[in-house]
Amino acid sequence: MAHFDPNARPFSHKWLNERLAIDTLEKVLAKEYWIPKNINFLWAMGMVLATTFGLLLISGIFLLMYYIPDTKQAFDSVNHTIMQEVGYGWLWRHIHGVAASIVFLIIYIHMFTGIYYGSYKRGRELIWLSGMLLFVTFSAEAFAGYVLPWGQMSYWAGMVITNLFEGFSSDFLGGHLHFPGLVEWIRGNYVPSQAFLGRFFMLHVVLLPLVIIGLIVLHFGALRIPHVNNQDGEEIDFEAEAEKWKAGLRKESKVIPFKPVFLSKDVFVLGIYLTFFFYLVFYHFEFAMDPVNFDPANPLKTPPHIYPEWYFLWSYEVLRAFPKNPGLIAFGFAQVIFFLLPFLDRSPNVAPANRRGLFKIWFWVLLIDMVGLTILGKLPPVGIYTPFGKAFAYIFIALWLILPFITKAEKPIGGK
Amino acid sequence: MSDRRDFMGKVLGAWAGLGALGALYAAKRTWDPLPSVKAAGKTVVDVSGAKENELHTELWRGKPVFVMKVSPNDPAHKDKRLVQIGNDKFFVAIGLCTHLGCIPTYFPEKHKFICPCHGGQFNSAGEVLKSPPPKPLVIPPFKVEGTKLVLGEEGEQYKKLKAAGVVA
Amino acid sequence: MKELKILAVVIFFTGLVYWGVEPYAHSVMHKHVEGHNFVYDGKSDLEVLNEKVEEIKKSMASATDEKTKKAAEEELKKYENKIKDTKAFWAHVEKIAALKGNAANGKNAISACAGCHGIKAAGIKAPTDALTASKTYGVNPPDLSNAGALYDPKFLAAFILDPAHGAFVKKIAMPAGMGGSDQNIADIIAYLKSIAPKEITPKQAFESACGRCHAMRYAKWTQIGTVPKTKPNIKTGQDIEGLKFKEKVAEYQNNLAKYLGKLPPDLSIIIRARSEHYLATFVENPQSHLFGTAMPRVGVTKEAFEKVKTYLEEVGDSSKPKREAVGPWVLGFMIIFTILAYLWYKSQWKGLK
Ligand code: HEM
Ligand code: FES
Repeated sequence: MAHFDPNARPFSHKWLNERLAIDTLEKVLAKEYWIPKNINFLWAMGMVLATTFGLLLISGIFLLMYYIPDTKQAFDSVNHTIMQEVGYGWLWRHIHGVAASIVFLIIYIHMFTGIYYGSYKRGRELIWLSGMLLFVTFSAEAFAGYVLPWGQMSYWAGMVITNLFEGFSSDFLGGHLHFPGLVEWIRGNYVPSQAFLGRFFMLHVVLLPLVIIGLIVLHFGALRIPHVNNQDGEEIDFEAEAEKWKAGLRKESKVIPFKPVFLSKDVFVLGIYLTFFFYLVFYHFEFAMDPVNFDPANPLKTPPHIYPEWYFLWSYEVLRAFPKNPGLIAFGFAQVIFFLLPFLDRSPNVAPANRRGLFKIWFWVLLIDMVGLTILGKLPPVGIYTPFGKAFAYIFIALWLILPFITKAEKPIGGK
Repeated sequence: MSDRRDFMGKVLGAWAGLGALGALYAAKRTWDPLPSVKAAGKTVVDVSGAKENELHTELWRGKPVFVMKVSPNDPAHKDKRLVQIGNDKFFVAIGLCTHLGCIPTYFPEKHKFICPCHGGQFNSAGEVLKSPPPKPLVIPPFKVEGTKLVLGEEGEQYKKLKAAGVVA
Repeated sequence: MKELKILAVVIFFTGLVYWGVEPYAHSVMHKHVEGHNFVYDGKSDLEVLNEKVEEIKKSMASATDEKTKKAAEEELKKYENKIKDTKAFWAHVEKIAALKGNAANGKNAISACAGCHGIKAAGIKAPTDALTASKTYGVNPPDLSNAGALYDPKFLAAFILDPAHGAFVKKIAMPAGMGGSDQNIADIIAYLKSIAPKEITPKQAFESACGRCHAMRYAKWTQIGTVPKTKPNIKTGQDIEGLKFKEKVAEYQNNLAKYLGKLPPDLSIIIRARSEHYLATFVENPQSHLFGTAMPRVGVTKEAFEKVKTYLEEVGDSSKPKREAVGPWVLGFMIIFTILAYLWYKSQWKGLK
């Protein structure tokens, strides 16, 4: 039975506690949410991501007040009204543009941290899967947002990416995997136009953000029981260690409470990150705001070089390395293969890659290969770049094909 | 938990709060009317063809502005709020009721404005005849140039009316 | 320290990706054009033509069938003649440039120009309005009042001598030989200089040098002038004056597009769409970037280009001063935030390890 003290002052701590259980809430979510002590700043990337998402949300709300989703007015509503007339409109746009680009850098760091330390196994599969869903949804969100200013890159990216949904060419497998109608359905027209802008506007400002928020909750929920991993992949008895902490054995306990101890480190890392972030916002934003997109959309003229934003380049290069049909298959492979990581890694070891024999080599080759694909994805497909692109794409696919074998052969660490 | 540990957390929180205030200021500025809205605040009305007791409505800063040549047999003809243009007296006011902003309708035979929303009444100089409106209809900044009325600029007559405290 | 080592790895790979997709990729994608500091002496024209010759030679070497080879050979001959022409033309220009012009004589000589051009500064009105002129010539011939302040004297000599050659385009409305003798040309230039204003504003520089072909909607500028303030009829919402002006602009733009092959782009925000180096070298010699483009070299001096650029920035990136003013405050705030956070972190983690 709930007990309500009739004498409690409204909105006093006690009053709130009786109604909202704020103390318990704080305890469960923060003060007694246990984090291993043995972690480094890479474990702050999750908070950095959450913060960056917050920045996107806030700046987006302000952009939304003057943005007009109309093919005739969108460009000027952004580049004239918001950038030059609205008080601090330029600030919101620069924050939004830079954050949309940098969020992917942090996502990739976050992902590769997970891969390096084996944080996708032994109870953490759902963390990984929900993370991958976040990656895919963020990608869709970023693409939809890129369409909105209706510049040359918006338009032509919209054209090219939606054309992917045509599927395989009509002479492949009797044409059963050829869907020309699907492209028009997605666009609501023969070409990207008002209908397309309207629906991508809806996706960008309502549907996908809702999905992302839901997925973030799921991601955090999936962390609760397995807890985060640590630098040595050590299996920690969190209950026992928490008891030690509560008994005042701060030094001996292997864990720390999220609030305030881990938080203080998170916030410090955030400080460094945000300093760098705002440096980019004020002084170095071109990388995130492509000059080509400051030319208004022109359906009668393709820009001389078209390329996706940097974070899509590696998969774009995998697509481009092959002729149309195999290219699509390779592209599809690249899109889903990271989802399967927890199941393709057949080794029971949860440990940093450098202690895992062949997996160590696998990790670094994958990283370098993806960096290579990213750079080649931006370069025009001429001369020496073409064979290099092919080679990197083959290596990418081969890496994933051999992963089950090299991990199967891996020796268990520490006699487990 | 030692005090010092807590103390640094509080200092940091205060500093972050300062930053939040800065962000709030930027947010406030974002809600301000655009400079182009503020700059587009001038309307010129030529009153040379105006007929007595016939209400003319102009648009100034998006608001209706009443302009009417007041006939000498209108009881309000001597009102100090009227504007002298050439030999004629003109009624000039923002056509929004000072109660809650509806547009009053003019009844020429009665020389009266009646507000459709809550029944407020004004004479043809904009003075309140019947509440709820608390104040006369507001006179916008204006300037007389020959037979032209420039809305949005403060001329001699406007300044006099303002000094007399009757514009709003 | 371990964390610093990890940070170094993160920074290394981030930097590598950045270098690859930004500076390196752009250096591969965009042709590098060396500027000539707004000196007009035909050097940059010869560079463009020589490059073309190299290209043709290459295609000749790789051609397999006789027909393409023949065509390429003809092309080559054409360009080699062009190079000869260009050299001779600029040698002639040098001669004119060396002459001392007499402004008083120029005042008489310029009457030859007044058939098409107005010169407000000298009280000479344009023979027709912009739209009518565009019907005849495709474009409105400029008023010459500012010419002496905007354009390089050597360029003016080249242009008056032979406009297509001076502007380095295939065709141009103004015919060659209008300036008469070499001395006459020198006199006209001296006269234009004598009537030009001492100080020219960025807005004037843009409108005179670029504004007859390029609109700039963020500054309410059209090819035939500033959009007039008009008022719609309060009862119908129709703005007939405004529509009439729009119609005139539309007609002018159609004439212009017919003359140039396409409508030159609106320049409202070109300052963010192209780099400064691109803009400078493009204005100096459009052919160096877009071979075959209909845009003529306009021949602005370095100072006049700086003015134009200032205006492009005022209109296309007007929040830049604000951005530069706010930046240091935000960064300063974040640095102090980080220091305080570090102290908090240190105090919380004391005695943990
Ligand atoms: C906006 C997107 C994301 C947010 C806000 C987010 C947030 C977080 C947070 C707060 C943590 C706990 C602290 C930490 O280890 O950093 C975490 C852990 C984790 N995240 Fe994410 N994440 C996002 C995307 C992703 C993606 C794309 C993946 C990979 C597919 C991913 C995989 C993981 C994994 C494996 C962990 C556990 C790390 C460990 O146990 O050591 N997350 N995430
Ligand atoms: S608004 Fe006019 S009486 Fe209420």
